[in-house]
Amino acid sequence: MIEVEDLGRTFVVRRKTGLLRRSREEVAAVTSVSFRVDAGEAVGYIGPNGAGKSTTIKMLTGILVPTSGRVRVCGLDPSRQRTELAKRIGVVFGQRSQLWWDLPLVESFELLRHIYRVDPAAHARRLAECTELLGLHEFAATPVRQLSLGQRMRGEVTAALLHAPELLVLDEPTIGLDLESKERLREFLAELNASRGTTLVLTTHDLDDIERLCRRMMVIDHGQVLADGPLAELREEVSPERTLVVDLERPAAPLDGLPGVVSVRTEAGGLRQLLSFRRDATTAARLITLVADRAPVHDVSVIEPDIDEVVKRLYQRRSPVA
Amino acid sequence: MAEAYSSLIRAQLRSQLSYRTSFLLNCLAQMLAQANDLLVIVVLFGRVASLGGFGVQEVLLVYALSGIAFGLADMVVGNVEQLPQYIRTGRFDVVLMRPMGSLAQLCASDFQLRRLGRVVTALGVLVYVLSISDIHWTPITLLLLVITPVAGAVIFGSIFIASNSLSFWLIDGRELANTVTYGGNYFTSYPVTVFSGWLRVFLAYVIGGAFVSYYPALALLGRADPLGGPDWLRFSAPVVALLAALAAGTVWRFAIRHYRGTGS
Repeated sequence: MIEVEDLGRTFVVRRKTGLLRRSREEVAAVTSVSFRVDAGEAVGYIGPNGAGKSTTIKMLTGILVPTSGRVRVCGLDPSRQRTELAKRIGVVFGQRSQLWWDLPLVESFELLRHIYRVDPAAHARRLAECTELLGLHEFAATPVRQLSLGQRMRGEVTAALLHAPELLVLDEPTIGLDLESKERLREFLAELNASRGTTLVLTTHDLDDIERLCRRMMVIDHGQVLADGPLAELREEVSPERTLVVDLERPAAPLDGLPGVVSVRTEAGGLRQLLSFRRDATTAARLITLVADRAPVHDVSVIEPDIDEVVKRLYQRRSPVA
Repeated sequence: MAEAYSSLIRAQLRSQLSYRTSFLLNCLAQMLAQANDLLVIVVLFGRVASLGGFGVQEVLLVYALSGIAFGLADMVVGNVEQLPQYIRTGRFDVVLMRPMGSLAQLCASDFQLRRLGRVVTALGVLVYVLSISDIHWTPITLLLLVITPVAGAVIFGSIFIASNSLSFWLIDGRELANTVTYGGNYFTSYPVTVFSGWLRVFLAYVIGGAFVSYYPALALLGRADPLGGPDWLRFSAPVVALLAALAAGTVWRFAIRHYRGTGS
């Protein structure tokens, strides 16, 4: 679906250095990015502000012409075949609207039907589907400027899907949304990916989006890919520790000295104990039996390091090198 | 493309006409804006008998032809002056991501029917002036009367597009563009003989302002160019319009290329 090879983009920045003198400086937004996304994948593209995410997205959609490297999306060259590509991909921006501000939401959909030249029957069918799944009927007749952010985003996603794109690119789709709206949107996107097979690429700062939607995560910083792989693998790679949470029947002294355990923390006066262990040194099952030998256990659970932690470690580990 | 364009326009019309009072007031404001120059002309002729060698009826004819052309152009492509906002808010990227020409989307997405107000004022003046002027009507002059506003609108539209393309390079390109577009309207409201020097050369011939109203008015009135220009110049507005449109299209495409990063 997407093939990117050695992609680079520099911008020329002109700065005033004297009364009439100006210096010309080249700044690389994307240095050398390579990746592949297959049809049906759901990929999270993350990185701090200014890492090169938006620049990459603009090159994928054909708005920006790369300074170096190669891009193919849906088998097309985005910068040369921009309008052809536009009919096959959908783009949602969390921060900018593609709806017409003063018109009722449904009218924007109707206009997009003309712009994308979608067959009326197919358009009606897809609109009905989205209306149902995203609950658009309550505000379909309301002018867009009067919609809440959550409602507007549901409209934006619908607008991007009416021409049945093979690839949906979302740039910060959940930014500013309340928890319920976020959850609703994620559920819809997960379903879209699973049942219709629409390929998803999304950038986000909310790592829950990735956890919930994407089997694969790409981390970019300083215009380069820092890490690329399934979330679980990246997690294992950078944080080999997991934590076993043990709730005991009665408070006990810290359960020190178990094989494979790196550290022990106690809560509630020893009633709850958190044992961090290396996943290559022992297993949760083995640890549970050992703990049960020492104290009566009420409940156990295993927690994985959260995604924020994983990302933080990825930056710590690789940033100095780059 | 044509279908998408017309559906965009129709949607704007529906929404603007649904607030009847507000629309009419806006229309009236536009009519008055155009009447400004009319007032100036009337006051001037209270003091002088001729302006640049032309009498009051002749000057009013030039003014009316120019007003109609400018009003039509302002209505159809005047929205390119929103370009800086589109660029700043990133909405221009959204426009580029759709399978439709960026210029057509820009102009149609924000179509303002109220700008018809200018045309109404100018058309009123035209009808009045023609009724009191002594014009020798032939099929040629009739055809000229129909073609002139269209050709003039195309020339003005090209000026709008080319000058607003500056916004792709300059942060405040709109100010500069307004000087050319609105300044152009002021210029074409009077016979070019009123002006002199480089200003006349630039506005009349470089950006084609003389062909919006001055030369066609000479042809309608059956007068020779007091500046000594050949007679065929009086009928060349359609050709100038075509050249202007081609030039504006080239400038726009070049500007888009620059924006996307191939031109710089």
